Amino acid sequence: MSIDLLLFFVLATVAVIAALGMLFSRNAVYSALFLILNFATVAVFFLLLGAPFIAMAQVTVYAGAIMVLFLFVIMLLGAERVEGRHRGGWQRPVAVLLTIVLLVESGYLIFVRSDLVGAVAPVASNYASPEAIGELLFSDYLLPFEITSVLLLAAMVGVIVLTKEEKLLREHTDVMENGKEEARSPQGAGGK
Amino acid sequence: MVPVSYYFALSAILFALGALGVLIRRNAIIIFMSVELMLNAANLLFVAFARMYEALQGQIYVFFVIAVAAAEVAVGLAIIVAIFRTKKSIDIDEMSSLKG
Repeated sequence: MSIDLLLFFVLATVAVIAALGMLFSRNAVYSALFLILNFATVAVFFLLLGAPFIAMAQVTVYAGAIMVLFLFVIMLLGAERVEGRHRGGWQRPVAVLLTIVLLVESGYLIFVRSDLVGAVAPVASNYASPEAIGELLFSDYLLPFEITSVLLLAAMVGVIVLTKEEKLLREHTDVMENGKEEARSPQGAGGK
Repeated sequence: MVPVSYYFALSAILFALGALGVLIRRNAIIIFMSVELMLNAANLLFVAFARMYEALQGQIYVFFVIAVAAAEVAVGLAIIVAIFRTKKSIDIDEMSSLKG
């Protein structure tokens, strides 16, 4: 029993420190690495909560694919330290104040009105096994699952269009316009 | 067994840190990472409540959130790259062209 609590507090400390490190690193690469650490600790929490499939998806998709994309863009742009001097000095205290208000509100909900939150019951050993998740995903949630594939395809096409070099598009339209002019000019010459 | 309220508290702390990051940082990439942190805090709470109610639907939701987050990150980073190409900066204070 107490080993669970000990594990929880150690991991929670690591997760919060990693989040703080992400927030206050001056270098964006360090921020990304701290965020990977945070995602890994959250994956361990998922394991503790009996969600092995989600934990593995977290590690492969979040800590793997998404953060590689972040690191790739940071290094592609050379944007590690682009943050300039801070303007609008009043914003920072207001932001901290709002965050504290948010924390106090959620603390009130969690610990004062604690009727919202029950206890964790021990569950059967096959709870949330990949088989159970897959069965639910391909029966009750089949339509959302298929829509997700369309969404990913749309995102892929959108990203390719967004990052396509503008020059190529311009050359293309230039060629089109030149073609039109050439088609028009013999007519003009013939008229003269 | 760890009470669900502890997971709730951890999730609230992580969410608040993510919100703080969105509010105080000026680098668009860091802001984006803070949004990911907030999404992840919500996922943690989903899984904790799925465990509490012994229902798998919460985990299915987390699966969809992860898939949508992957699409969202790809599009968002493409937009940041496009902005960087035209403005040579990803400081969000510079992105005030639409301001009156």
